[in-house]
Amino acid sequence: MTTITHHAPDALLAAYAGGSLPKPFALAVAAHISLCLDCRAAYEAHLATGGAVLETTNSEAVSDGLKSNVLDLLDAPVTEKPVYQRSGAFPGPVMEALKGKPPRWKSLGMGVRQSILSDGRDGSVRLLYIPPGRAVPDHSHNGLELTLVLQGSFRDETGRFGVGDLEVADQSLEHTPIADEGAPCICLAATDAPLRFNSFVPRLLQPLFRI
Amino acid sequence: MKQSSAQISDLTAAMIAVRNDRDRDAFALLFDHFAPRLKGFIMRTGTGSGQAEEIVQDVMLTVWRKADQFDPERAQVSAWVYQITRNRQIDVIRKENKPLPEELGEDPSAEPDASQILAVEQEAGQLKGALARLKPDQREMIEKAYLGELTHQEISTQTGLPLGTIKSRIRLGLEKLRHELKELR
Repeated sequence: MTTITHHAPDALLAAYAGGSLPKPFALAVAAHISLCLDCRAAYEAHLATGGAVLETTNSEAVSDGLKSNVLDLLDAPVTEKPVYQRSGAFPGPVMEALKGKPPRWKSLGMGVRQSILSDGRDGSVRLLYIPPGRAVPDHSHNGLELTLVLQGSFRDETGRFGVGDLEVADQSLEHTPIADEGAPCICLAATDAPLRFNSFVPRLLQPLFRI
Repeated sequence: MKQSSAQISDLTAAMIAVRNDRDRDAFALLFDHFAPRLKGFIMRTGTGSGQAEEIVQDVMLTVWRKADQFDPERAQVSAWVYQITRNRQIDVIRKENKPLPEELGEDPSAEPDASQILAVEQEAGQLKGALARLKPDQREMIEKAYLGELTHQEISTQTGLPLGTIKSRIRLGLEKLRHELKELR
């Protein structure tokens, strides 16, 4: 296991525990926690606080029949939801978003590929595959953007990001992430805005085209 | 169970009995404790009484079915039930499954260490005490955050939100996780 140096900010973990994060961000945080023990511990501390809130909330009497209903149902057969295990570079929550199948990569040019996991009103999340030395495509910086490294590493003006590191970038961050030499870099990238374009021009070309 | 001079709480003991022995009386005790609290908690988000009871039923059935995932060395029963409840509420309200972290590879120990359980309970007790001592407006913000009513931007910009109080409580869970990681290596 490599050392994770870029963690989820506490407010993000609190919002994830409380359940207010849009699904694309919730996926990025769930995947990060799967890789990062520090953030798992911080997340569990938030759950403990949630538990304390639950314990101290005013009670409401439940209907007379509810308890016997529940007791009668204890042995009722249930269809278990499938549990997706980690596969290669992809942690369980990412495998769940992939429905257990390998990513379906689409070329973006220059050897860069993407696989869109979801794209909707609450934002978008996709996998990016960046060959060594190539630039990470623009992630449509409308709002917040979370980038989790799953394989390889990249560097930008703010530092180096290796496996398990989570980069949190808002609109104000002007950066040009470049994949390091070695293994191709695979990232999970989540934004709270829908994708603006169907295909992306790698960032290196953007100054030329002024997109 | 390894002996310890202090007693672990009835709730934790009941949850362990449900997990290890499928003990229905112990489950009934958990139901009596949690069902009214859960209903009150769920109704605070604007859910009506009928739907709240449906969620209470789902949560309590999950407590029974997923009991093998409960690890008293890492979490208090209320924290574990809180997690199940928020996940279920989100699934019902948004009609989608909330992405969840992987479970840790190791199954919880069948013979948990009583001193570790007591330490977790003590920490949770301190947390409850800290919550009770907050000013009413601070407490309201904390409640809103854990009912999912604040965005992460709102949480990060709320100057009155004493998240620092919480952060100081994470030490134990973290040490336990580090310990488990060492054993896995």
